[in-house]
Amino acid sequence: MIHWLLRRSLQAVLTFLVVTVLLFVLMRLTPGDPLQRLAGDRQVSAAEAAALRRRFGIDQPITTQFRTFVTGALAGDLGVSIEHYPTRVSTLLVSRLPASLLLGGTVLVLTFGFGIALGALQAVRRGRRVDRWLTRVSLALYAMPSFWLGLVLAWFFGIRLQMLPVAQMHDPLFDPEATWLAGAGDVLRHLILPATTLTAVSLAAVMHYQRTALLEVLRLDFVLAARARGLPERQVLWRHAWRNALFPVVGLLGLWLPMLVTGSVFVEQVFNWPGLGHLAADAVGARDYPVILGTAMLVSAQVLLGGLLADLGYYALDPRVRRA
Amino acid sequence: MTPLLEVQDLRITFATAAGTSHPVDGVSFSLERGELLALVGESGCGKSLTALALLRLVPPPGRILPGSAIRLDGADVLALDTAALRGVRGRRIGMIFQDPMTSLNPVFTVADQISESVRAHQRVSQGAARARALELLQEVGIPDPVARLDQYPHQLSGGMRQRVMIAIALASEPELLIADEPTTALDVTVQAQILEVLDRLRTARGMAVLLITHDLGIVAGRADRVAVMYAGRLVEEARTAELFARPSHPYTRGLLASVPRIAGPVTRLTPIAGTVPPPTNWPTGCRFHPRCPAALPRCPADDPPALGVGRGHRMRCWLAESGGPA
Amino acid sequence: MTGSLWRLLARALTSPSGRLGTFVLALLTLFVIAGPWLLPDPAGMPDLLAGATPPGGWHLFGTDQLNRDILSRVVSGGRISLSVAGLAVTLAVTLGALVGGLAGFHGGWLDGVLMRVVDGALAIPRLFLLLLLVAVWEQIPLGALVLVLGATGWFATSRIVRGEVLRLREAEFVLAATALGAGPGRIILRHLLPNVAGPLLVAATLGVGDVILLEAGLSYLGVGVRPPTPSWGGMILDARPLLTTAPWASIFPGLAIVITVLAVNLIGDALRGALDPRNA
Repeated sequence: MIHWLLRRSLQAVLTFLVVTVLLFVLMRLTPGDPLQRLAGDRQVSAAEAAALRRRFGIDQPITTQFRTFVTGALAGDLGVSIEHYPTRVSTLLVSRLPASLLLGGTVLVLTFGFGIALGALQAVRRGRRVDRWLTRVSLALYAMPSFWLGLVLAWFFGIRLQMLPVAQMHDPLFDPEATWLAGAGDVLRHLILPATTLTAVSLAAVMHYQRTALLEVLRLDFVLAARARGLPERQVLWRHAWRNALFPVVGLLGLWLPMLVTGSVFVEQVFNWPGLGHLAADAVGARDYPVILGTAMLVSAQVLLGGLLADLGYYALDPRVRRA
Repeated sequence: MTPLLEVQDLRITFATAAGTSHPVDGVSFSLERGELLALVGESGCGKSLTALALLRLVPPPGRILPGSAIRLDGADVLALDTAALRGVRGRRIGMIFQDPMTSLNPVFTVADQISESVRAHQRVSQGAARARALELLQEVGIPDPVARLDQYPHQLSGGMRQRVMIAIALASEPELLIADEPTTALDVTVQAQILEVLDRLRTARGMAVLLITHDLGIVAGRADRVAVMYAGRLVEEARTAELFARPSHPYTRGLLASVPRIAGPVTRLTPIAGTVPPPTNWPTGCRFHPRCPAALPRCPADDPPALGVGRGHRMRCWLAESGGPA
Repeated sequence: MTGSLWRLLARALTSPSGRLGTFVLALLTLFVIAGPWLLPDPAGMPDLLAGATPPGGWHLFGTDQLNRDILSRVVSGGRISLSVAGLAVTLAVTLGALVGGLAGFHGGWLDGVLMRVVDGALAIPRLFLLLLLVAVWEQIPLGALVLVLGATGWFATSRIVRGEVLRLREAEFVLAATALGAGPGRIILRHLLPNVAGPLLVAATLGVGDVILLEAGLSYLGVGVRPPTPSWGGMILDARPLLTTAPWASIFPGLAIVITVLAVNLIGDALRGALDPRNA
């Protein structure tokens, strides 16, 4: 088991190194003078230009730049932001991480919780109205741009009905003397709309996977054999069939993370939620390269970690994998 | 004494895109306690569906037509409610399937699956169920049963998996065991072993067995009676020795003739002419008439009922009226 | 190759959802091509004073903050979005087929290197790759946008193609062709790729939906299609300050996206179902 874990982790680390190389190459190969981006719109004198070059390390040969980049990245140093100079990129990332984790974690639980439940329901009631309507709704949701859905929900629940807050994580007028519980409640209220938006658009994939998987398993011989033994239908469905239908969904965890990360760039921007996605969205507008690069790296690491966890899940759940 | 199992006029239909098909079209037979009846036929004759019908496991869109009767010890299986039906499945009638690899759940251990069967019908503790599982594994002759308890199906060989399936089926001491092609997926040497196990258990427990197979070879010397099925019906039924000595229905004769024999001079194989008709389009009159070498003029028009040919020997063939085939 | 593709399409059209998707997409394409001739000029006569008006009368979808007819803007935006998506996906699928075919057929070190790169690229969410690339331009020209979208979309396709090529490489018809003297290029083009045409078509169709959403997202962030060229995402961006007073300005462009992507996904699903040998 340890042996497998080590091998798999090494794979992930290697892939991450490839990611680092790719991102570096992308940065350096794109047209335009890096100096121009760093200096913004101002005119710079030769001395200032030289100083800027030295500070951002562009005066070094490319191989040195790469080495500095990689060693820096592994040590957690991702350079300095241009927009928020002189704040370090890593500081910015860390400051936004909690909000992103809160949103992302909530969406993960909601998406997989509802996705698995609804997908299984569809499989068990295959062909009936519940199944057909759930498919239609989920197809429609999957086709929606996350930012648009967010705006629509914000308009409907926030403006029309005045039911929920639509901006940021806290109410700016919130009483700072209030209890911790009340503060948490306030954050939760602000969490509702962004979390619902993100869940809605990613729900479809999980539902579809679970439905397909369970339908396939229900056709297998051992399900018939279990029924023939006189096991109650509920036991046949949930203990025998569903256990086997969970595997593809576990695998989906690895594939779904990029979807979450992409969606959060837009949703956080719409709702002004102070997470990594919003940071990336702002950085694009400001052409703040180091920040975009930093978020790209962090997000890739998350995706790789997600894949690793998914494989670990397979390993834990499926005895056939363990023997390999 | 009432037979253990009585099947009368069983009919199963399937509504398909190509029309309604009648894969089982009037099957009747009975089974006494402790008896081994072999149900023999080629693929597509409806024998597996007949077996599934006994437990009401016919997969949709298949339906058992009203007018069919399946009686277990006098009680109509088709009229049972869900709870009573569950009491029959596994408890009074057990079933083992053709491919043990796909019929066992890959993510549960052997012990899990046997114990589950035990506890489905009796209130016993986990520990007691596990002990019973061990007993059953010993009964079916698995080597090193203690080690096998915590293994997964993919870790066992085909023969061992089939023994596990038998153990699971026997967990609640059923009176009837349905074995649907239990040896087809196994190697020849293993086949003999499995049949041995079934034989031994049958004698030890006084259990009736309905053995479904396409292989006449495994039937001789084992079955008490044989029923031959063709195109959704039984075409001949007799005690085993009688059937092999005096096969009367042209189809049965064709089946026996097409089995290659090692002893004796090697001549060409004699297959039965033609192919099995599709269940959506049974021939009129006697269903075998298009392929029958002894067809009479009335065969395409009149469907023969089951007629007596000897003691305990019946067949659906007009030749019975003239005292059997020439 | 075209024979089997037509059969695939025909089979896909037997499913009701496939028919619906095709019908809607055909209708949309019709609107988008013919629309600009029949509707008022979307860019014409911006009137700041008149402001946004709700749907009704001449303006089926209402007008935006510059009193431009939203319906015509949606239709013009459709032209851009559909063409960008179509071109980008064609580029992506071609690249994917080439790289995948090469990796699968050649094997060895080339396959190893290429697939490592693909693994890495797949770990970076496509949006972030796009953000890095488009941030270079102040105003990205449409051509460059298509290139960038295409260049970031071939990774998964290359894996599919590679898998198929690996599987078929050892097949007998390939051995036969080699025995007859066919070179690797000919084998790849004439024998291997036609077998991949089906899955490629499915990937391409579903890819169109993805690209439409991505392009809309980029335009919404201000780094995709830039004004004055109309685009659905850009319209939603412009309408953001009007959310309280003129929500229709955001709703209609979004609905256009949803309907288009839904139609394309339905077709893609129907194609995928038609590919499945179990449905044959």
